[in-house]
Amino acid sequence: MPEFFDEMRGSGDGIRPVYREIAEWFEQAPRDLIASRRAEAEAFFRRIGITFAVYGDEQGAERIIPFDILPRVITSSEWTSLSKGLEQRVAAINAFIADCYGPREAVKAGIIPEELVLQNPAFRPEMTRIRPAKDIYCHICGIDIVRTGPDRFLVLEDNARTPSGVSYMLENREAMMRLFPELLGRTKIKPVDQYPEELLATLRSVAPHTAPGEPTVVVLTPGPYNSAYYEHSFLADRMGVELVEGRDLFVRGNVVYMRTTEGPKRVDVIYRRVDDEFLDPLAFRPDSALGVPGLLSAYKARNVTMTNAVGTGVADDKAVYSYMPEIVRFFTGKDAMLANVETWRCREPAALSHVLAHIGELVVKEVNGSGGYGMLVGPHATRDQREAFARKVKANPENYIAQPTLALSTVPCFVEEGLAPRHVDLRPFVLSGSDRIRIVPGGLTRVALKKGSLVVNSSQGGGTKDTWIVDAGPAGNA
Amino acid sequence: MLARTADNLFWLSRYVERAESLARILDVALRLATLPSAYAGTSNEWESAIDTAACREAFYAAFPVANEKNVTAFIIAGETNPTSIRRCIEIARHNARAVRTAITTEVWEILNDAWNHLQKVNLNQMSGQDLTRFLAFVKEVSLRFDGTAYRTMLRTDHYWFQRLGMYIERADNTARLLDVKYHVVLPETEPVGGGLDYFQWSSLLRALSALNSYHLIYRESIRPWLVADFLILRPEQPRSLISTYKNLNDVLDLLAERYGRQGPSQRLARSTFAELGNVDTASLFQQGLHEFLIEFLAQNNRLGMAISEQYLQ
Amino acid sequence: MRLRLRHETNYDYAEPARGAIQVLRLTPRNHATQFVRRWRVEIDADCRLERDEDAYGNITHIFSIDGPIERMRILVDGEIDTSASAGVVRGSLERFPLGYWTSETPLTAAGEGLREFASDLSAQDGGDPFAFLHRLNTTIFENFTFLPGATDTATRAEEVFQHRSGVCQDFAQVFLAAARQMGIPARYVSGYFLRTDTDQQQAGHAWAEAHIAGIGWVGFDPAHGLCADERYIRLATGRDYLEAAPIRGSRLGGQGESLSVAVSLHEGREIKEQ
Repeated sequence: MPEFFDEMRGSGDGIRPVYREIAEWFEQAPRDLIASRRAEAEAFFRRIGITFAVYGDEQGAERIIPFDILPRVITSSEWTSLSKGLEQRVAAINAFIADCYGPREAVKAGIIPEELVLQNPAFRPEMTRIRPAKDIYCHICGIDIVRTGPDRFLVLEDNARTPSGVSYMLENREAMMRLFPELLGRTKIKPVDQYPEELLATLRSVAPHTAPGEPTVVVLTPGPYNSAYYEHSFLADRMGVELVEGRDLFVRGNVVYMRTTEGPKRVDVIYRRVDDEFLDPLAFRPDSALGVPGLLSAYKARNVTMTNAVGTGVADDKAVYSYMPEIVRFFTGKDAMLANVETWRCREPAALSHVLAHIGELVVKEVNGSGGYGMLVGPHATRDQREAFARKVKANPENYIAQPTLALSTVPCFVEEGLAPRHVDLRPFVLSGSDRIRIVPGGLTRVALKKGSLVVNSSQGGGTKDTWIVDAGPAGNA
Repeated sequence: MLARTADNLFWLSRYVERAESLARILDVALRLATLPSAYAGTSNEWESAIDTAACREAFYAAFPVANEKNVTAFIIAGETNPTSIRRCIEIARHNARAVRTAITTEVWEILNDAWNHLQKVNLNQMSGQDLTRFLAFVKEVSLRFDGTAYRTMLRTDHYWFQRLGMYIERADNTARLLDVKYHVVLPETEPVGGGLDYFQWSSLLRALSALNSYHLIYRESIRPWLVADFLILRPEQPRSLISTYKNLNDVLDLLAERYGRQGPSQRLARSTFAELGNVDTASLFQQGLHEFLIEFLAQNNRLGMAISEQYLQ
Repeated sequence: MRLRLRHETNYDYAEPARGAIQVLRLTPRNHATQFVRRWRVEIDADCRLERDEDAYGNITHIFSIDGPIERMRILVDGEIDTSASAGVVRGSLERFPLGYWTSETPLTAAGEGLREFASDLSAQDGGDPFAFLHRLNTTIFENFTFLPGATDTATRAEEVFQHRSGVCQDFAQVFLAAARQMGIPARYVSGYFLRTDTDQQQAGHAWAEAHIAGIGWVGFDPAHGLCADERYIRLATGRDYLEAAPIRGSRLGGQGESLSVAVSLHEGREIKEQ
């Protein structure tokens, strides 16, 4: 197994400067104080009702995601270069999506195979007739980042559809401020609380021309049974806008209205957390009760803006991901600042035989899978599991990609046996408005709480941590 | 405000109010069942309970006989009863959850706690004492809900729609209770004002927590026409039809003011209120109390639909 | 051939609908062998018909009506000249590369049964696409039963294949699934068909088009075992029924909807070619 980079201890024995304050504090704090703060944290999350539903759980039981009280720290200089890389990546994603529904230059130039665009299940032909303002398709993008060394940040996944998790970022900080005011007082942490405001500013900036000076923004949710409902209502609440379901909206004369006690009220921007195929039963799945009949037509008439745009999924499957370094270079004219994880595309015969020969060392993923499902972590799998998975890959190679088992960085966590390193990733949220790109300093740190596990998904026993971007004193002294 | 949010607020308080009324209906029946005159078999308080709760058909589809055991079981938690006390509280809590941010935490907690309590109680096996305690609990939930909303909610349309639902439901329940009792207390062999009457009416007043206030207002013994007067026309009595319509008018006016327009709801509420202000007890009895109440129930129902059409969809 | 069409769709609601909205693909485009002389679409209610085009160039109309709606009628009335072309469609609007038309949709996804069926058929002619498509067309026509009511608009090609019965749109989708399985670009067509036995029909028609290298797009009608000739009016195309559906609508309220459709298509007086 590879050596892991521990974000607190580095690769050696000392404590990295950026963690010194925290390490000291936790060192001095009495054990029972920490235990009681952990209990308080749990009570806090339970009381505010921040829960998620697990797919495939028959009981549909609501659980809270475990929260680890030891923060994950990133220096502001690390963050600065990371966020530049994120900006570049999201700019390329937007240009790529515009190209997929427009001239398809990237296909013509041989950057990406045509079928990955046109035969992608997430490709929406309707979008070839719709051009969002300023060519921004992905207004809210969540980019999953992993770290493998002091200066090595890699993109693991682009989430360009309806990324979630930002409410955890905000609530985690809220919890830390309540539980450890003395610790936060000692450290210069960049704030994240402005996220709802920045989100609202982004949404308003892309309102249609027909909208009044103060455009009406709504959050469209599939409803209380959706696993991310808490986040939907949280964001609507913090932005001070209505949280609507499909049945609250209707379309007349190609204009979207919401039903209010004062009669129909025109809606200008919809931050939709409903998947494409459920948005409009007249355009997509006809059996959808979550959508708004005629919505796509109003969208096409530019009477309403949808964020994210329809059809952004062409940019976020794992096969397309493997082409991102070329896509970034093609559309920005520069090398990608953030590297990809090395990826074998099983659709290519040479890659396929490599993957089958080394399946025990690799992580094999379904192109359209998510949430940690439909994947095989080679080194952790039994022989039978590997063989069964290899058969699936052989039967349908286009459906799979493989990556090396990454040496994901670790951060100390409070677990049963005390303080122990656990693997983490990071999902920062990038907001693209027609005025500018906004990135709140931080993101959601997910942690694999099982010892040795590399799977951070909440549905697979993952937890979260607060993420601190702090000045580390002398530049680069991390 | 979203029409769906207003709809949820309206119905959530209707269901709380209904749960309370159902508890009071069972209270009346239980009291009457312990009276010696009830043994005479001149009336069946359990029959009248299912009539007041407006669930005759559903009840007889589930049970052959209306007796204490069957009727309490059905009204409290009958599986096939769409408006059992249990269902009312479940629906109210479900609605509250859907508009969680439109109500205060305090209001939410009352409904959530009530719902949690329901999960713990075995509603199918209750002794007489359990039953009394349970009915007291239901009434208390409604009182706490009402009071907490009154004390914690902002006076905006959120609050007003919640109040509208409560008053519409209360008017309906008072009229129904009175109508069913009116029949019961007029058996052919018993002249109005007889001994049986007295017990019937006093249990009714007691169940509505109105026995003492009756005496305060009228300073004489219980007479059916005065009970009718009390529950229909006296503005001092908070459950009287005229009181609920005074309140409905006030709230609808506030909405009209706030939204800068008025419609069928305001017109209907005003006209019913005016009518109530122009009748007296004597003419009420001449014209026929039953006919009057049936007409009132229909008007009240129309107002409910008008509110729904004007604001809630 | 000059064709005259009158297509009436009537909705009646037992309880008036509170609102309705529909997207129509009921207006044909011209191509080399189809010329639209006159055409109109009419709704008998106060509303605006917004004309637009979808991704494939199909002409769409969208309208929305506020209730109460007790009944509603959509009337299509037109006259069109067609000419024979042995099923080949020339001069049609093409907005996507051919490869696009090999992609599956949920309705046209081939399961095990259809995959086997397609490769068996194809093997019989040594993999020649033209012969395969004809054989596919005839095989569906001869072995599938026309059975209205057994399927609906959500029935998938694989299910239709299992039961060997359905209506024209089901047969078209089975055709598409099998053709695409062999890597042949294929698409769904909705339109009208001139019948010889009657000029009063209960519904429009649907068939398929497949692309053969060197020839182009060819219309195959597995419901009749024919290639689409001058008796066919092409209204709209798409990857499956949903993308080419003549009417997709939604209403609020309006319980107890009864729907009646009358299509009258007959030959008009033709002007002799010189």
